[in-house]
Amino acid sequence: MRYGEIGFDLEVDLSRGSIDRVETDPRDTKLYLGGLGTNAKIMWDRVPPETEAFSEDNLLIFSSGLLCGTGAPGCNRTIVSTVSPQTKLVAYSMMGGFWAPELKYAGYDKVIIRGKSDELVYLWINNDKVEIRDASHLRGMGATETSEAIRKELEDPDIQVAAIGLAGENRVFYASVEQGRSSASRGGIGAVMGDKGLKAIAVRGTKDINVADPAKYMELCNDVLKYIKWREDHPIKGMPPILQGLGSPQEMAIADEQWHTTSFMWGNSRTRRKDFWTHQIEEKWRETQENVRTRLISCHNCPMKCGATISVPGLPTYMMKCYSKLTYTMAAFSDLDFGFRIAQKATEYGVDGFSAPQSMAFGLELLEAGILTKDDFPGMPDDSEGRFFYLLDKIVRREGVGDYLADGTYWAARRIGKGAEKFDHNTIKKHEQLPLKLGMLNPVYYLMYSTGEKINITQIEGQFPQEPFPTREAREEFVKDWIQVPDEKFKKYYVDWEPRGEMSNPYYPTVEASCDIVDWMEKMHYIDDALGMCAGLSSFPLKPPYHIHNYPDFITAATGIKMNKDDVWQSATRTRTLMRALNVRRGMRRSDDKPPEDHWKKRFPDLEKQLLDQYYKLKGFNDQGIPTKESLQELGLGYVAEEFEQKGIYVNG
Amino acid sequence: MAKVKKIVKSITIDADKCNGCKACEVVCSSWHANPRYSSNNPARSRIRIVRLPLRDIYLPVYAGEYTEAECTGRDKYIIDGKEYNECDFCRASCPSRDLFKEPDSGLPLKCDMCEETPALDKPKCVEWCLAEALIYVEREEEVEEEDQVKLGDIEIGLGSMIDKYGLQQVLDTVARMVKP
Repeated sequence: MRYGEIGFDLEVDLSRGSIDRVETDPRDTKLYLGGLGTNAKIMWDRVPPETEAFSEDNLLIFSSGLLCGTGAPGCNRTIVSTVSPQTKLVAYSMMGGFWAPELKYAGYDKVIIRGKSDELVYLWINNDKVEIRDASHLRGMGATETSEAIRKELEDPDIQVAAIGLAGENRVFYASVEQGRSSASRGGIGAVMGDKGLKAIAVRGTKDINVADPAKYMELCNDVLKYIKWREDHPIKGMPPILQGLGSPQEMAIADEQWHTTSFMWGNSRTRRKDFWTHQIEEKWRETQENVRTRLISCHNCPMKCGATISVPGLPTYMMKCYSKLTYTMAAFSDLDFGFRIAQKATEYGVDGFSAPQSMAFGLELLEAGILTKDDFPGMPDDSEGRFFYLLDKIVRREGVGDYLADGTYWAARRIGKGAEKFDHNTIKKHEQLPLKLGMLNPVYYLMYSTGEKINITQIEGQFPQEPFPTREAREEFVKDWIQVPDEKFKKYYVDWEPRGEMSNPYYPTVEASCDIVDWMEKMHYIDDALGMCAGLSSFPLKPPYHIHNYPDFITAATGIKMNKDDVWQSATRTRTLMRALNVRRGMRRSDDKPPEDHWKKRFPDLEKQLLDQYYKLKGFNDQGIPTKESLQELGLGYVAEEFEQKGIYVNG
Repeated sequence: MAKVKKIVKSITIDADKCNGCKACEVVCSSWHANPRYSSNNPARSRIRIVRLPLRDIYLPVYAGEYTEAECTGRDKYIIDGKEYNECDFCRASCPSRDLFKEPDSGLPLKCDMCEETPALDKPKCVEWCLAEALIYVEREEEVEEEDQVKLGDIEIGLGSMIDKYGLQQVLDTVARMVKP
């Protein structure tokens, strides 16, 4: 028997209509843990670099994490891996909710989908019984509507459904997979699902998930719950309200949006409105939020309440979390009421809350600049809100200008031409980023933006404060109970960091310290993504309940595989390196490792070069960002080095 | 019959505070696993949440008595504009539904308030409900002295088998199974 994990994957070939239950190799668990780690291994072994996103050979992997569905609070993430139509690299996206635990209760760690179905279908996994079912009656339906329709037709309200909306069916490059209160939005995985003719995956499971050392495991879980309670009573004062506690930023609970609305950019990530937030707006937005928010809600086995049920009068009910309430609001220079209204449609259509509003604002900028003309927008209303609703409809149907904008700002700019490229200014590796433009270069963030394999800052940052507290005393106080640090040196890095002067950005943290900090932050995310743990209880917030000191015990007690801190750390290094190798094999090089072009006003080319050089060195990459033969062999990834040599990747760069 | 003082254990369910996280189901099934905590499976839990997010229905229900026949209750309740089935509130392990039955054997499940010696401070589901939707309340009551022995899991299970197959068939089966 396997512990923690199930030890079986479901292999579905939609071209042939075949379904197989396949036992997995337990040696891979020790090496890659699970989740993103084992996904990366499968992508390396089975998806050759010439495979395009919309190819029958592209795999679409829905994975649970190693500890999903066990007693570990907050461990419920679904990790989806495939080739992205937008970045053409390996897409990385995840969602919380209830889907991954349900999959394990049904008796599988992963669902691996290959091939394409001619007709629109959905997959129904009911313990040992798995069927590919006709979905023609679900065509064009919203993602939430689809989930409800499937639950009704299968007569079980406890079925968990991951579904695409119209955007996925029409292969919008930033189409999401929606699942009730959660979604896997980044990288266009919904488009791959649509290309495969797969409308939804419905799961119901009533089997056991076993752990190897029951008493110890429960003790660890209880400690985490106790710490969460303690942390709730001890918010970190001096931080913006949404970042003081645990969980995702508490956007649904908190109405104070001064930080986002005055620090982040409006429109196509262009305009900062430092004086936007007033008492009057706060009152109005609070009223809007409280009127539409029915209830704060959780994911599977998690005490946090990061999501909410939203019922806008006159619109169908939907669920929301985090920051999407503001991305449309700010892109359209509108208000929160509009944000909640358009997010309802966007959730049903299934689009990413970063890329969609930015692509729309980009389209309108091109109109203003005369690169696109009124003829490109037939019948478009004059008001900003009306224009966004209009564009959303055009994009998900790929009609007219919507067909261009559905590819995202990078590809749309290149298809439109006439100087449109200049307006695509907020992407990394062809993927839209948080609307944020700042003054002074931050060396830690420079590295994370440039090198992150997940191409999304929130999936790499965390743990280490974004800014220093103003006084040394406050910083010393902060580090006193900072038990999560992997090494005492991080406390010194933070205490010495000043808001101004010599010991401040961009030269402090030093190059070496910056690399160490980034290494810690990204490692914790990689561990979370292998275990299926929500970053909101681990790698994202300050002083979280899960960290490098208790994770080895969790893994050992759950699986029976003895792992210490170094083993877990090395496993995360292995997966991080393999993710890099996958993208290197697909053509990614040093020249791609850069932040959005105007992210900071003050740039320091020499320093940036040093940072990148040192980061590559620390990671065991050569100066092109390619993992070296030696570092690969040390990590047990000799098979990667062999293929790099065969393909001449080291010689030709 | 003599009156005796007895501590009555009860749980106040504040459904307005439930977030539908199922932590109660996870820890309940884990506590009752054999060996204890060795597995978890919400389908074996003795507390279940009727969870219909789009209708804002979050209703924790505890497993109660096993019943051999379903009742005639088919009514609807409307509370604060939300429509519930009568069955949603029912604690019975009943032939009309899969709820509160072991998923593999179909044997009935019943909440035991985590009976244990020494006694727990509170049932596990309450301990794990950080949302405070489940509140443990002990109160002293004067009750009729019970002359009936409380049934254990095996007796409840066997009772349901006897109801379904008849005593003789169960006896024959057991006799056949214990043969060397």
